[in-house]
Amino acid sequence: MAVLSLFANPHRFMAISKPFAWGFTMLGGGMILYGVYMGLFVAPADVRQGDAARIMFVHVPSMWLSMFAFAFMAGASFVSLIWRHALADVAAKSAAPIGAVFTALGLITGSIWGYPIWGTWWEWDARITSVLILFFIYLGYLAVWQAMETPQKAARAAAILCLVGAANLPIIHFSVDWWNTLHQPATFFTEDNNAPYGFKVPMYIVALGYLSLFGGLTLINMRAEIMMTRAEMMMQRKLAAG
Amino acid sequence: MKLKGAGAAFLRELKLAWSGGGGAALPLGFFAAACSLTPLTLGPESDLLKAAGPGVIWIALALSSLLPMERLFQADLEDGTLDAYAGSGVALEGIAAAKTAAHWVATGLPLALVSPVLWIMLQGPVAAAPMVALISAIGSAAFFFFGAIGAALAAGVRRGGLLIALVALPLYSPAMIFGAAAMYAAAAGGDWGPALMLTAAAALFGVALSPFAAALALRAAID
Amino acid sequence: MIDASSRVIETHDLAASRGLRLLFNGVTLRLGAGEVLELRGANGSGKSTLLRILAGLTRPFAGTVHYSGAPGEKGEEAPRHYLGHSDAIKPNETAGDQALFWARFFGRDDEVAVQALDRMGLASRAGVPGRGLSAGQRRRLAIARLLIEPRPVWLLDEPVAALDAQGRTRVEELIAEHAAEGGITVVAMHGPGFAGARTLDLAEAAGCALAPGGFKGGDAGEFS
Repeated sequence: MAVLSLFANPHRFMAISKPFAWGFTMLGGGMILYGVYMGLFVAPADVRQGDAARIMFVHVPSMWLSMFAFAFMAGASFVSLIWRHALADVAAKSAAPIGAVFTALGLITGSIWGYPIWGTWWEWDARITSVLILFFIYLGYLAVWQAMETPQKAARAAAILCLVGAANLPIIHFSVDWWNTLHQPATFFTEDNNAPYGFKVPMYIVALGYLSLFGGLTLINMRAEIMMTRAEMMMQRKLAAG
Repeated sequence: MKLKGAGAAFLRELKLAWSGGGGAALPLGFFAAACSLTPLTLGPESDLLKAAGPGVIWIALALSSLLPMERLFQADLEDGTLDAYAGSGVALEGIAAAKTAAHWVATGLPLALVSPVLWIMLQGPVAAAPMVALISAIGSAAFFFFGAIGAALAAGVRRGGLLIALVALPLYSPAMIFGAAAMYAAAAGGDWGPALMLTAAAALFGVALSPFAAALALRAAID
Repeated sequence: MIDASSRVIETHDLAASRGLRLLFNGVTLRLGAGEVLELRGANGSGKSTLLRILAGLTRPFAGTVHYSGAPGEKGEEAPRHYLGHSDAIKPNETAGDQALFWARFFGRDDEVAVQALDRMGLASRAGVPGRGLSAGQRRRLAIARLLIEPRPVWLLDEPVAALDAQGRTRVEELIAEHAAEGGITVVAMHGPGFAGARTLDLAEAAGCALAPGGFKGGDAGEFS
C-alpha cells in the first residue's frame, strides 16, 4: 500500500513520473528498433514460410501487448471502483488508446503476414477473430469516455465496461476457438516452438520494447490528462472570480 | 440483499413494456423485415438460402434484441423512478434483473415465437421449426441480458443506441457463435444438443452477470 | 408505525461538488427524532445535492453521513424516503395503479394505496393516466408514496412546488404529523417555512472553486 500512496497525490506523481515517462519511451523506441533490425537482418529465415515470417517479430509482441494493456486497464478499473483512486481512472483512460493501437497493429501485421501465404488480405483465424472482438471492446471503452457528460460519470462507466469486458474475454476466446475448430481445421499463426533460441530473441526484445513504450506513453498520457484537468480548474476559478 | 419488491417491479415493467410504445411490435417488425430482405440480396435460390438462412436469422435476432435496450433504463432515469427505486431499500440488482426479465418476456419471447415462421420462409426444414423457437428463446435471453449491461452504461447518454450496440455486440459473440451452430445443427438434422447447451451456458452467464454490472452502472448514472 | 427511538442523522464536514466546482463544504449537522430542517439558498446552491447525498444517491466530495437509529438496523440501510424534483410518475399508468404498485412494491396491502390517494385528495383521479394529471396532482401522487410506506426519514426537495394553497396546507400537516411521530424531515424550499424548524442556508456554506489537485486526498499545491 505504501507504493500506491506514493502516487496518490498527483503533485508527487507529476514530479516522479516525468523522467520515467520520457525514459521508458526512449528506451522502448530503442529496443524496438534494435529488435526489428535483428528480426529483419540477423535471424535466419523460417523453414516453411521464408522471409514472410519475419513479420512475426512485430506481430506476435503486439498481440501480447494488446492483451497486457487490457489487463492493465482492468486492474486500474478495479482499483478505481473499489478504492475510488482518481489516478486509477486516469491510468486506465491513458492506457486505452495505446492498447487499441497495439491491437490494430496486431491485426494489420497479421493481415500483412497472411497475404503472401493465404493470398487474401484477411482470414478468419481463431486468434485474429478474438483480437478483432477485443479491438471492438477497446473502441467501446474509448466511446464511453467520449459519450458521458462528466468525466466522473465517464470514469465509472468505463471502469465497469472494462471489467465486464475482461470477465467475458476468456469466454469469448473459448467460443471463438470452438467456432474455429468447427469451421477451419488448421490454424495459421503457429509459432514454431522447436525453433532454436536465437530465432526468438528478436521477438522478446521487441516485446520488451513494446512494454517499455507502453509504460512510457501511458505515463505521458496521464501527465497530459492531469495537466488538462488543472488547466480546466484554473479556468473555472478565473471565471468564478472575474 | 433485499429483493422483496423486485417481483412487483417485474409485473409493472411487463405491463409498461406491452403498453408503452407498442411493446414488441417494433422489434418484431424489424426482425421480420430484416429476414425478408435477405432473398433480395442473396437471391431466391433455395440452396443458397438454406446455407445462409440460419445465420441470417440469428444475426437479425441479435440486432432486433438491441432495439428495446435504449428504452430499458432511460425513461426511469429521466422521470425520477430510478431515484425512487435506488432509495427504496430494494436492491438495485433485483430491479435491474426484474426489468430485463420483463422486457425479455415482453419482446424476446415473441421474437422467439416468430422465428420458426421466418425459418420456414428462408427454406429451413419444417421439422426443425420447434427447435428453432427454443434456440431463439435461449439466445434472446442472452442478447437481452448482455444488452441490458450496455443499456445501463448508456443510461444517461442522449441517443445512446449506438453506444449500446458498440458495448453489447462484443459481449454477444459467444451467444452468436453457439446459437448459430445450434441453428445449423437443427437445419442439418444433426445433434443440436451440445451447441444448445453452450448457448444456454452463455445465456446463464449473461443472466448472472447482467444485474450486478447494470446496477453498478445505474448507480453511477444516478450519482 | 415509525419507531421514534434514538434516530439520528449526523453529517461531518460534508462537501459536494458539481464538476470542478465546489457547491458547499464544511456542513456538519445533527438531526434528532422529531426535528425538521429547512434547506434554503439560491437555486444551484446545492440544496438538491445535499438531499441526494443524505438519500445515498450521490456521493459527497468529502465528509461523511451517518445514520443511527433503532437497534439492529445498519446505519446505511436506515429506511428513508427521497422525494426529488421529478415525480416518478409514468405517463401511461393510472394514478390508482401507480399507488397500487408502490404498495405492492413495499409489501403493503392494497388498502393502504387507496387510503393514501384519499388522503392526498386524489381519490377521484384514480382512473386517470399519468399524462392526464395536472402538475399539482402529479406532485400529490408522488407525495402519496410517502404515506404508503411509513419511514422515519423524509428527504423532500421542494415538495410544495406546483401545489396550490390547499395542497401546501396538506403537506404542512403531513410534515407536522411526521415530526410528531418522531420522524426526521429535511426539506428544501423557498417561501414561508415551518414553525419550530431549524434552517440551514447553503449559500453561507458555499465553497470556492475546487481545492487544487482536485483529487480526493490531494493537498494544497502550487495552484492555491
